[in-house]
Formats: sequence, structure tokens, C-alpha cells
Amino acid sequence: MRIGVDVGGTNTDAALMSGDRVVASCKRLTTENVSDGIVSAISAILKESDVESSKIQCVMIGTTHFTNAFVERRHLLDVGVIRICLPAARAIPPLIDWPEDILAAIGNHRYLIEGGYQIDGRVNSPLDENAVREAARDIQTKDIKTIAVTGLFSPVNNAMEIRAEEIIREEMGKDVAITLSHKVGRAGILERENATVMNACLADLSVHVVSSFRRALRELDISAPFYVSQNDGTLMSAEHVERYPVLTFASGPTNSMRGAAFLSGLKNALVVDIGGTTTDVGMLVNGFPRESSVTVDIGGVRTNFRMPDILALGMGGGSLVSLENEAIKIGPRSVGYQLLEKSLVFGGDTLTTSDIAVAAGYANFGEKALVKNLSRDLVEKGVDGIHNIVAEGVDRMKTSADPIPLILVGGGSVLVNRDIAGTSEVIIPDHAGVANAIGASIAQVSGESDSVVLYEKVGREAALIKARQVALDQAVDAGAIKETVEVLDIEETPLAYAPGGAVRLRIKVAGSLKLAGI
Amino acid sequence: MKLAVKDLVDVGRGAAFLGTGGGGDPYIGRMMAANAIHEFGMPEIISADELDDNALVLTIAMLGAPTVLTEKAASGDDIDLAIRRMEETLGRRADALMPIEIGGINSMLPIIAAARLGLPLIDADGMGRAFPEIQMVTFNVYGVPCTPVTVSDEHLNSLVVQTGSAKRAEDLVRVSSIEMGCSVILSSYSMTGRQAKDFSVKGTMTLALGIGRAIAQGRKEGKPIDVLVEYLKTTPYYNKCKVIFDGKVTDLKRETTKGFAIGHCRLTALDGSDNTMEVTFQNEHLVARENGQVRAIVPDLICMVDRETAEPVPVEALKYGQRLKVLGVSAAPIMRTPESLAVFGPHAFGLDDEFTPIEEL
Repeated sequence: MRIGVDVGGTNTDAALMSGDRVVASCKRLTTENVSDGIVSAISAILKESDVESSKIQCVMIGTTHFTNAFVERRHLLDVGVIRICLPAARAIPPLIDWPEDILAAIGNHRYLIEGGYQIDGRVNSPLDENAVREAARDIQTKDIKTIAVTGLFSPVNNAMEIRAEEIIREEMGKDVAITLSHKVGRAGILERENATVMNACLADLSVHVVSSFRRALRELDISAPFYVSQNDGTLMSAEHVERYPVLTFASGPTNSMRGAAFLSGLKNALVVDIGGTTTDVGMLVNGFPRESSVTVDIGGVRTNFRMPDILALGMGGGSLVSLENEAIKIGPRSVGYQLLEKSLVFGGDTLTTSDIAVAAGYANFGEKALVKNLSRDLVEKGVDGIHNIVAEGVDRMKTSADPIPLILVGGGSVLVNRDIAGTSEVIIPDHAGVANAIGASIAQVSGESDSVVLYEKVGREAALIKARQVALDQAVDAGAIKETVEVLDIEETPLAYAPGGAVRLRIKVAGSLKLAGI
Repeated sequence: MKLAVKDLVDVGRGAAFLGTGGGGDPYIGRMMAANAIHEFGMPEIISADELDDNALVLTIAMLGAPTVLTEKAASGDDIDLAIRRMEETLGRRADALMPIEIGGINSMLPIIAAARLGLPLIDADGMGRAFPEIQMVTFNVYGVPCTPVTVSDEHLNSLVVQTGSAKRAEDLVRVSSIEMGCSVILSSYSMTGRQAKDFSVKGTMTLALGIGRAIAQGRKEGKPIDVLVEYLKTTPYYNKCKVIFDGKVTDLKRETTKGFAIGHCRLTALDGSDNTMEVTFQNEHLVARENGQVRAIVPDLICMVDRETAEPVPVEALKYGQRLKVLGVSAAPIMRTPESLAVFGPHAFGLDDEFTPIEEL
């Protein structure tokens, strides 16, 4: 048996899973120290199902903790930012586009050093090892504990980044945290470097949070290994999260979409996750969220992470509803977590979407009598408005005119009771409220190969086979069962102007996690 | 015209629109410009008509694969070097700089160069859009010699290319640029103030800014494409313009031929009809056909934008499922003359179609 946990900003959800069956699930409040909320949620499901903690083989945790810390500029460390690029890329120094408040939180310690590769992996200029040494010494005198190292074209050739790490260790010892850019990002030096620095500034918090997770499991007497989900719906080991917390960014929407796929049994569908303030709409392709192709700003910093392509709509269960010149207006303002005090059905004075759903008779919570005086016209327009917003979001995310199924999850899924245009059916699965935690529990282990290859030299077939093998080995190293590993995505991008049929080839594979004792 | 650092966002977005799918991501260019302006101050931007007839005008540009540019950018010194080598070769100091193309990253590079060298920047370029090769400019059409061309890289290697035709210069520079790391700085088409007045497409920096501002204003009003089209109709060149398709990307084929990203993007209409549009590109969009019929063709501009935000979408970012509007926009009159069409009309890109202006389609 395994447990999926979702540690959100407000709620900590847990689900106990036995194979493909959801045995128990619950929602608890997230606590300041993280671990109390986890203990409370897991205790509840173990108690409800009467399962002993020794039966748990694996715990999978999804968390928005690191994203929130970065966005709110909490618990961030000063970072030594080393870039190995000169004489190239001098015109775009590190941290160039970062908001002032975050620079204040992480300092402005930048070191540009000779070195780096060309796009085909050849040396562009040799690594200036002395400069790395001097930078490390300077960083040490500033008492900085974490370093981000970004090398020119390191996704193509990472040798100089690895050598720089060795030199820094020689100078600063074991205790300094070092993030190498090729581990967290892809081509595009600024975006990759940004991700590297984001990761580095979370070095302390990640150790702290992972130890909270460990403490919680110890307290629950669960000795099974635990994993944390990353933004592409696959898992990382606890040790990996300690070093690469940035890879958890935006894992929340991914988990809810993967959970929706699991609960409904569908691999290709739309997912609409209605929360208190917003609705996330995404597309499941082959059981995984479709990835976004545009750069994503997180906390005001530009990144090129693998992110699900999510359309966020400003409507949720707490959204304000009003009539303006006979036209219905819904959201984006919301009563949010104060739904239980402010909305009409709970005795408050604010008309929300939840009140509309109750007044229309298809949702059943709070005091229905408190909304019986709402005009029929208003209620009807409100119901139309809610469904129109969902339908428009669905239409914007669809890739073809053919109707496809829609899976509805999240606490606000009660707002919908009609067919949605463009969909073949609307499915609200059991346990839809904890789809996040269930998504975490079924996350897979992935591997990826991302390189620039010369098709004219090596041949396309040979290049594909080699890249697939690299990705597969990576997945198996990360704990995947070899036989279950499947190719999720192949992306070939011809490089304009480059010679020899140069193509950027990305292959991503994923497989089921090997559980101890199976 | 006076530019402020905050205007760079609008200029960059306008330049991406005029890049018609090519020209590279102006974000890196904008970052370089912001950095250069921080260090050296904002350059003076002048109209071509202010130039002395005998002034020496040089163009400056970056040439290379978009993917390489987003990694290597420039060092800064390489930009100075390309201009200095040109000045040495000509035996004369430059009086002003000018973009060769306003589309994409090459709208920003001249701002950086002008800031670094303390030279005025001319509000004009050689096409009012972007094109893949250096012979495809009005200067070449009207007899301004392309060479000498100076080429530099971040290691401060440099070349001076002297040859008989702009196309030959393009071929030689292209090969050298590969050995120089697939991204170089290039100065070419040295010309007099008089030639700049007569043969450039004028006011294009202002127009890029205007386009970016129209999109930003339109977003505030909730109708960015409408506001953009209204603005374009008030401009001297881009006034014949219309949304020629509203659809979703349903197929995408790419191939690399002779170092260029050639591709076909098919869109299917969102109105429920079976109408499709196929847009063919070679770095930049060349022709848009609706159900087989030409709706816009080079050198007129074919611009793909996100249908909600009007954000220009470069060819390297095209993806299945994107919902886009395709705009057809008239090129400057100087770009549509028979002499110009011989250099960058449909036949120059291997298309069999004749050029037909957007207003007649």
C-alpha cells in the first residue's frame, strides 16, 4: 500500500492507495511546520482504514511549499552566482531581469568567468580554473553557503560545470550547496541560470522541509521511502529534492491532472480543477498534462521549466457574483478561504458562485433558506455565467473540434451540473476533492535526454535510439521498472542556420516506480 | 524620437510582430539593450532626413541561429569591433548607425551598438520587417554595395569580406559564421546620408514602438487585435491590413534545408467550418493559403499572433493546438517595386506564385 500527500498552502490532503484502489482519503489544514499537518492527515486515513503503518511501502508527496517560499520571498539564502561563459554572453549579465525585492533577498554576488562550449559541444573557450578558485574564495569570505553555476551550452556539454564544482569543493569543502545549471534547465542561458539561482536560494529550506517530511513519517512509524513529485508529473527521491527543490515548482496542477486521469481511467481528456478562487483548465495527452511552450514567470522571474499548459480562469467556488446593467459578472474577486463566513448560504452577506449553485438547487450545502429570496433571473444568469466560463476555457484549451471527455475535480466541482459545449461527457469521479494527493501517489519516474545532434553525421534513426537509451537509463537509475518505461514525448527542432542537419532532440520517458517487496 | 528603457518592451514586441515569425526572440536583445543603456546611456535616435548627405552611415546586425543567440548573446566588445573594422577599411569614422532589419532581435542590436559607441541611431531600416538573407534589403535593390562586410565574434576574431555581389557576401558570411560559433556580429551596406534618405524604409523604429504600444493598450481594453489593426491602418506602410484567418494549429511540419528552418503550419478555422490555412515559412512566413488560395504573400507581411493577447508567435515557438490569428499586412511601397520583387519577391524563395498585394487578395 502507498500514500499520496498534497501539501498545499491551505490544505494538506492524503490518500491511501492499494494498487489501483483508493482505500481512504482526507483533507486537513496545512500547518506552519508542515509535518504536523502531514501527521494529522496520514493518521486519519490509517485510522479510518485500520491499516498499520508497517504496511505502507511508499509515500509520495506533492508540495507547493517551495514555489510559495520563492514567490513570497521567504527563507531565501544569499547566492553566489557563477557563470562560465566569457567572452560570450557578457552583454546579458546574471540576474539582469530580476525584481528588486528578490535581489534584496538573495544579494547580488555575480562572477563571470572564462569558459564554455559551442552549440555542438566543442570548447568555445577553456575553463579559467583559477578564476573559479578565486570566486569560491571570495564567496567564502562573504559567508555565502550556496552557489549557482551556469556554463555556456552546458545542456550540450556539462564537463566544465562538473569541473567547477570540484574546484569549489576543494576550496569550500563539503558544506557548501552547489547547483549546476544542466541539472535544472535547458538551452537558453538566462532562463536556465534563473532556475539555477532559484534552486540555490532554496538550499536551506529544502533541507529543512525534507527533514520535516522525514520527521512526520518517523512520528507515524512509517519506515518506507518517500518521494516528492515534480512539475512534469514524475517523482524525485528525497535526496534529489533536498538538492533540486526548484523541480517541484508548479507540481500542483500536474498532480491534480494526473489524479483526474487516474480517477476517471481516461488518458486523453480535458481536466477542469475548480478551486476557491480560480479554475485551472488543462489537457491530458496520453495520461500526462500537455506542456506549455511559452516561458513562464514565477515570482517575477523568467524560466523555461517543463510546465503543464494550464489556463487559469478567475472563477472558483468563492467568486463574487453581481449584476451590472443586466449582465452577470463573476469573479475574479473571491472570498477565498473565508467562504464559510462570507457567502450567503453560510450566513454571510456576499453573493458567491456557491450561493448560485445552491439557489439553483443542484448543490447542497449551507442553509438553502438563506438564498431563497434571490431572483430567478439572477440565479439563471449566474448558472449560465458559470457554465459559460467553463465552456470558454474548455474551448480555448482544446486541440481539435471533436468533442472529448471532461474530468471535473477540486472542491468547486459542485458548481457544474450541465453538459459543457464541445465535450462528449462531464465526469466527476469519486475522491475528486483530493485528486492532487492521488496524482502524487501515482506519479511515475522519468528520464529525459535533451541534446543537439547532427543528423547528417549520425543518422536520424541512430540518434533516436541513442537518445532513447540515455533517457531510459536515467529513468531506471531513478527507480523505474525497466519493463514499464514508455516514451512520452519526442521533440525534434531543426536549428536554423546551423550546419549538418543539426537538430535539437528531446526524448522523455517514464515508468512505474519499483516498490520494495513487489 | 526619445526612447526610454521601459519603451524597449513595446519596441521588442513590435519588432517581434514585424519579424513575421523570424528574427529571433527579442527578449535577449531587450536584456542586452537594457544593460548597455544602463552602462552607456540611451542613444540619440534621429530621423533619416536629419542626416547630412555626405554622412557615413553603417548598418549593424547579428546573424545566427535563434537557439544560439539565446545562449551566447554577445560580449559587447564584438559589436564595437565590427564597426571599428568597417571604419578602418573605409578610412573614415561613422556618423550614424542604422538597423538592417527592424524585425526581431536586430531591432535591438543597433540600439546597443549606438549606446556603446556614442553614435546616433537612425529611425529606419532596409525592409520594415525581417528577412533571412543579407542581400534581401532595399539598399541592395537600389545599388548600395553590400561589401565590405565586417564580421566579428566574441573572441574578437574578425573578417572583412570583399566580393562582387550581396548574395555572394551572404554565402561567404554564412559559412564563416558557422566556424565562428553560429552567431556573429555583422556590419554591411556602408552608405551616404543621401542613400540612407533615398533607399531606407523610414520611421520603422517608431512604428515598432507604436505596434508594441497598440498591443499593450489593446490588452487594457480587452481587444488587443482590434486596437493593433486600427493602429496599423494609421501607419504609412502597414495600412492595408486584415485578419486573414482565425484558427488553431493542427499540423506542423519542419525541415532544415541549407541551414534554414523551412516549415509548413496548418491552421484549422475555429468557426466550425472546415476551412484551413497553410502558412509556409523559411525562418519568416512566406505565403499564407486558405483552402489552397493565396491570402497573403511575401514581401507583404504575414504575422501570427495569439488570438487572445496579440502576442507575436515566432516559428520556433509554434506548437500544436495554439490558437492564433493570422494577419496580412502591406509592406512599404519601396518593397513592392519590380526591382525589389526580383530580390525578395515570391520567386526569390522558390515560390511559383506571383506577388499580389494584400489589398487585392
